[in-house]
Amino acid sequence: MQGLKQSIITSLWFMFLTFPIMVARVNTIENTVEWRWMNLAYVGVGVFFLSYVWRWALARKEAKQYEAPSTETAKKQSWLSRAMEEPAVARPALAALFALSVAMPMLVTTYQTNIFISFLLYVVLGLGLNIIVGVAGLLFLGHAAFYAIGAYSYALLNHYFGIGFWIALPLGGLFACLGGIMLAFPVLRLRGDYLAIVTLGFGEIIRLVLENWGSLTGGPSGISNIDRPGLFGMELSVADANIYIYYIVLALAIITMIAVQRLKNSRIGRALQALREDEIACQAMGIDRVNVKLMAFGLGTAWAGFAGVIFAAKTTFINPASFTFMESAIILSIVVLGGMGSNLGVILGSAFLVLMPEYLRAFSEYRMIIFAAAMVLMMVFRPQGLIAPKGRKYHVDDPDLIKEGEA
Amino acid sequence: MSTVLNVNSLSKSFGGLRALNDVDLQVDSGEIVALIGPNGAGKTTFFNCITGIYEPTDGDVFFTPHDEEERRVNGMKPNKVTELGMARTFQNIRLFKNMTVLENVMVARHCRTKAGILDALLRPPHVKREEKENIEKSYELLKYVGLNQHYNDLACNLPYGDQRKLEIARAMATEPSLLLLDEPAAGMNPQETASLKELVLDIRDKFNLAILLIEHDMSMVMSLSERIYVMEYGCLISQGTPEEVSKDPQVIKAYLGEESHA
Ligand SMILES: Nc1ncnc2c1ncn2[C@@H]1O[C@H](COP(=O)(O)OP(=O)(O)OP(=O)(O)O)[C@@H](O)[C@H]1O
Ligand SMILES: [Mg+2]
Repeated sequence: MQGLKQSIITSLWFMFLTFPIMVARVNTIENTVEWRWMNLAYVGVGVFFLSYVWRWALARKEAKQYEAPSTETAKKQSWLSRAMEEPAVARPALAALFALSVAMPMLVTTYQTNIFISFLLYVVLGLGLNIIVGVAGLLFLGHAAFYAIGAYSYALLNHYFGIGFWIALPLGGLFACLGGIMLAFPVLRLRGDYLAIVTLGFGEIIRLVLENWGSLTGGPSGISNIDRPGLFGMELSVADANIYIYYIVLALAIITMIAVQRLKNSRIGRALQALREDEIACQAMGIDRVNVKLMAFGLGTAWAGFAGVIFAAKTTFINPASFTFMESAIILSIVVLGGMGSNLGVILGSAFLVLMPEYLRAFSEYRMIIFAAAMVLMMVFRPQGLIAPKGRKYHVDDPDLIKEGEA
Repeated sequence: MSTVLNVNSLSKSFGGLRALNDVDLQVDSGEIVALIGPNGAGKTTFFNCITGIYEPTDGDVFFTPHDEEERRVNGMKPNKVTELGMARTFQNIRLFKNMTVLENVMVARHCRTKAGILDALLRPPHVKREEKENIEKSYELLKYVGLNQHYNDLACNLPYGDQRKLEIARAMATEPSLLLLDEPAAGMNPQETASLKELVLDIRDKFNLAILLIEHDMSMVMSLSERIYVMEYGCLISQGTPEEVSKDPQVIKAYLGEESHA
C-alpha cells in the first residue's frame, strides 16, 4: 500500500515536471498552442509502472540480503564464472569460442567484421584499464588519451617517416606506456576522486594538444591516408585488409587476455591488488608503493597504445574527435559493468556496450538513456558488476586438511 | 644478548600535539617486551614512527636485523623497514579484505621473492618454482596459526579472532627479526586470548625473534612479557619487570588504578 502511494506521488511529480516539454507544444508558424494530453497519460502510467517495479525490486533485494547471506546466493549469482572454473566446461567452451571468432570473417559481411574489430579493440582497451581500475583500484578517467597516443604514434610515424604498421605497433605501446608512467609521477599521492579529476584533465590535455598543434598533427582535421598493415608486401583489397586487421586484433585481444591473466596471478599482480585493498598495509608488507603505482599505470596504458595503433590502421584516418572523454567513459563503463578485475567481465561489458548499440540501431536515439539506465540499475542491484571478482583459488595438497575436513 | 631495537629520545608532534616525547626504548633479541598505557598515550604512534609510516620529529631509531649491521631507520620508507626485518600488525585490522587468506600471506612475501613483470608474463621455470615455494611457505604459516582450513576464503569472511591471527601470519611471512603486535588480543574472547598467548610464545621460540607488544589485556601482558614500558601522554613514566611496574605508584595512579586490574 505504502509502495502504491509512493509510486502515485512519483508519477504525479513526473507528470508535473515533464508537462512543459511533453504536453504543451507551441506552433510558432500558426501561433497556436497544441495540447497533447495523451502524452501526459503516457508519462503518468509509465512512471507509475517503473517506479512500482523499482520499489518492488529494491524490497526484494533487501529481503534477499537478510535471508540467505552466504552460500546459496553466492552460488546462484556466479554460475557463469563457476562454469568457467570447471575445466570440463571451460575448455570446450573456449575452444568453440575461438573457432567461432576465427571463422567469423568468412561468415559475416565486411560491415559486421568492422563491428567486431571495434568490439575487440574495446576488449583490449577494457582489459588494459582493468589493470589500473579493477586490479590496482586507481580510478582512472583518461584512458582515451593513451588510445590517442598509440593512434597518433602510428599516424605521425607513418605520415612523416613512412614507418610501417609492424614497427609502429610496439612503438605505439611503448609510447603509451611511457606516457602512463609520466602521468603516474605527479599523481602518486592522489587517490579516489582527486586521481579521477587529474587523469580526466590529463586526457583532455592530450586531446587539446592534438587539436591545436596543427602544424604537426593536422589539428581538428586529423591525419588521413594512413597505411593499412602490410602482409609481406601484398596489395590487399579493402575488404581483405579488413579481415586481416580483424585477425590482428583477435590475436592482440587473446594475447592481452593471457598476459593480463598471468599478471593478475603473479607476484606483481598480488602487489597491485594489495595496493587497491589497503595502501598502508601494502607498504607495511614490504611493497614499494611508488613502484607498484608506476607499474599499474604503465601496464594498463601500454595496451591502449597497441589498440590505438590498430585503430589508426583500421580507419586509415584519425582526428582528435575520436578520443574525447566520452571514449574514456565508455571504456570505464565496460570495466565497471563487467565487474572490476574480471577479464570475462570485460568481454561481457564490451559486448553489452559496443555490440548491443550496433545491433539495436533502431534505438540509437535512446542509446545514452539506455546506457545510463543500465549503469544506474547495475550500481543499485549488482554493484560488483556482471562477474563478481573473487580471490584466486589455489590448490594445496595437504593430507591433514582432508582428514580434518571429513571429521 | 644483543639489542635488536634501540630507540633514543624519539619525539613526534602533530601540529601542536606532542604525541611522543623523548621516548627511549630497547628490545633485546629473543625478548618479549610490552608497551602499555592508557588510550591515546601514543603507543600506536610509536609503532608508526619506527616502521616508517610517520617520520619522527626528533630522535633516532636503530634496528639490528638478524646477523646484520645496526641500521638507522628513521625516515626510511615503510617497505624498506619491512625488508630489513621489522614486521607489524595493526590495531584496527588492515587485511587485504577482498583477497583470499592465502593470498594475504603470499603478498607479504613480496620482499622475499623476485619475479618481475616479464617473469609474470613468460613464466620461466625458476619463476614457477618461486611461485610454488611461495604458496607452500604461505600455507605452512597458515597451518602454523591454524587457519589452513580457510585458505581459499576471502579474508573479510573470517571471524574477528581469525582475522587477528591472519594479521600475525601475514607479518610473519615477511621473515622478520622483530615482530610488532598492536593490541593483538583486542576483541578476542578469553579462550582465543589464551591460545593467542601460546602462539606468541611459540613464535618467539620457533622463529627466534624479538617481540614488542602493545596490549590492554593486563593478564596477557603480565604473563607474557619479560619487560614492560609504560607510557602516558607521549612520555615513558615507568619501565621494568612486570612486578616492578605493577608496584610503581605512578603506574598505578596513571593506569592500573583506572582499570582496577591486577
Ligand atoms: N595522524 C595523526 N594526526 C594527528 N594526531 C594524531 C595522529 N595519530 C595519532 N594522533 C594523536 O596522537 C595521540 C596518540 O595516539 P595513539 O593512536 O598513538 O594512541 P594509543 O596509545 O595507540 O591509543 P589506543 O590505546 O587507543 O590505541 C592521540 O591523541 C591521537 O589523537
Ligand atoms: Mg593504538
